[in-house]
Amino acid sequence: MRPAGTRHLPFGAALRDAGLAALIAAGLFLPMVGLRTDVDPNGALYLRTRWTDVLLLMAIVFAGRFLMRLWQEWKAGRQGPSLGKRFAGPLSRSGRLAAPALLLFAVLLPAIPGIGRYELDLGILVLTYVMLGWGLNIVVGLAGLLDLGYVAFYAVGAYSYALLAQNFGLSFWVCLPLAGILAAFWGVLLGFPVLRLRGDYLAIVTLGFGEIIRLVLLNWVSLTGGPNGIAGIPRPTFFGLSFSLGGGPGTFAGFFGLEPSPTHRVVFLYYLILALALLTNWVTLRLRRQPLGRAWEAMREDEIACRSLGINITVTKLTAFALGAMFGGFAGAFFATRQAFISPESFTFIESAIILAIVVLGGLGSQLGVAIAALVLIGGFEVFRDLQEWRMLVFGGAMVLIMIWKPRGLVGSRTPSVALGERRTISAAMVAEGRG
Amino acid sequence: MAPILTVEKLTMRFGGLTAVKEVSFAAARGAITAIIGPNGAGKTTMFNCITGFYRPTTGRLTLHREGQDVALHRLAGHRIAQAGVARTFQNIRLFSGMTVLENLLVAQHRRLMAATGFGIGAVLGLSGYKAAEQVAIGRAAAWLEACGLLDRADDPAASLPYGAQRRLEIARAMCTEPALLCLDEPAAGLNPRESAALGDLLRAIRDGRAAEGAAPCSVLLIEHDMGVVMGISDHIVVLDHGSKIADGRPAEIRADSKVIAAYLGEGDEEDSAA
Repeated sequence: MRPAGTRHLPFGAALRDAGLAALIAAGLFLPMVGLRTDVDPNGALYLRTRWTDVLLLMAIVFAGRFLMRLWQEWKAGRQGPSLGKRFAGPLSRSGRLAAPALLLFAVLLPAIPGIGRYELDLGILVLTYVMLGWGLNIVVGLAGLLDLGYVAFYAVGAYSYALLAQNFGLSFWVCLPLAGILAAFWGVLLGFPVLRLRGDYLAIVTLGFGEIIRLVLLNWVSLTGGPNGIAGIPRPTFFGLSFSLGGGPGTFAGFFGLEPSPTHRVVFLYYLILALALLTNWVTLRLRRQPLGRAWEAMREDEIACRSLGINITVTKLTAFALGAMFGGFAGAFFATRQAFISPESFTFIESAIILAIVVLGGLGSQLGVAIAALVLIGGFEVFRDLQEWRMLVFGGAMVLIMIWKPRGLVGSRTPSVALGERRTISAAMVAEGRG
Repeated sequence: MAPILTVEKLTMRFGGLTAVKEVSFAAARGAITAIIGPNGAGKTTMFNCITGFYRPTTGRLTLHREGQDVALHRLAGHRIAQAGVARTFQNIRLFSGMTVLENLLVAQHRRLMAATGFGIGAVLGLSGYKAAEQVAIGRAAAWLEACGLLDRADDPAASLPYGAQRRLEIARAMCTEPALLCLDEPAAGLNPRESAALGDLLRAIRDGRAAEGAAPCSVLLIEHDMGVVMGISDHIVVLDHGSKIADGRPAEIRADSKVIAAYLGEGDEEDSAA
């Protein structure tokens, strides 16, 4: 018998478990690390063996698994609620303050002392992804349609603005709604053929659609300039006042009697994307409380039941695609005017993947979660720039950890759109993820 | 009595399999009509044809609604619900992550959508959507009251016990203000007390006294539980192997030799008739 007071930790079971993990590691690493083909000085191939490396990796896996098992046992045997449960109350209370606090921070950012050009540029980048995340959230989070080709609409918006502004000399403010409408049109065009598809099949077709748009942009050289892209896209103006450094009467600085500074344009762009992102958020929040938004969520929960209640699935799906695409188009037009140069390089699949990762990590359907995820993902990517090639590893690891800790995203719960009495959030376990 | 639904020579084939073969019957207005039959008799197929989930191979389905006839077999799925046929599902299909109240508001989608000016007006806050939503919430509350779910209105649908989920599905179907309510095995999995309460609810729905402001609604149901069927139906249609074998009042059906044979297996005709 063990002395009273010390808990019994099953070392034997943990050792067995760790041994098994080490064996699996051996199976994986023996061929992958242990054997390596190299070229000898004569130019012939030979097999180099690295058994010490394999042993080292196995030892790491063994120790890691052993410690993890012990920690799990210790945690399970401890009295009281788990860590997550104890923090749930304070977290949800602070969550209510998080959105206004973030908004205040975003609005005041350019005025905070010590915020320079770099920080504002980073802010613009983060807000662009917040907006894209919110746009995709309509399609994936609310309507439950897994879209892997969202970047296509971003590209349509960007090229619409670039081509309309260059060929017809239209101003940014005329082009912005046009870019949105064109993107929405393409959204509907994509929506029609995929109406009958669900889940994985839908994801693959949308992925293909994204690639088609990129390949067309790459190969239609006479219109889009192909791989060279479009350069010299007009910069946005402040109600007709340009941000040129000349400081003449027709410029922003000249009109307001300020010293011309390149910061003016950056601050203007920052507030422009902030306004666009907030517009996306506002429209989404309003629609969620209305029949259309409720029909999207109902479609995510059960499409067949929707049909039995007389909801037109075709129209409901297409509006979700069109609206999501429209906001993607707005973001694209903004991107084009900010960069002044666009090429198909900017609209690869990895962009779609990042936007989808933002939505999934943030929590499907949650506006606050998506904003935080964009901040962490895009901002964090910049902060860890010093780590160089390890950045991706840190990043992948962080994503895996979030998914273990919160499988339904940072904010997985759902707030009801209407209530007779008190509004209570619905836990993520009950909310469907949507099967397309 | 005038029929609410007439089924004429309905046939449904899946490849080589004929699930329903030339079935004709009429469901009377203001009555509870039951379709019964052993497993694989074609009840659910028949039901899916009526509610627009399958398109019948041949035959006609006509809904007689306030003087105008609607050919259901020509309509797309969601239009059938709009024409006035609401349904529930054998394996309950609620919007589980949404609250009970939200479930009932989704059911009133069409009316609310029209009030929002098809989405655009409501986003801008222009239309009389607020008033329409209040009316919809009132109707939902009336049906929750009728089904004894008013105190659970703000709970997620998935958190309700099984019997309550069945009642909620009926309330949701009724919120579409149908002329014909189709129920797919509504008593499946209910205990005897819940089954009795369901019978009362269905009779109240038929007579239009279930909820405040509810119009009388004809009911068509598929059921396995003979006790429930015999207790509440005004009219029973019996299917076996895709064909209609009997059609009449509960007392006639109970005495019908073909029905007994179908349910107890093909025994000696004389024995089962005795």
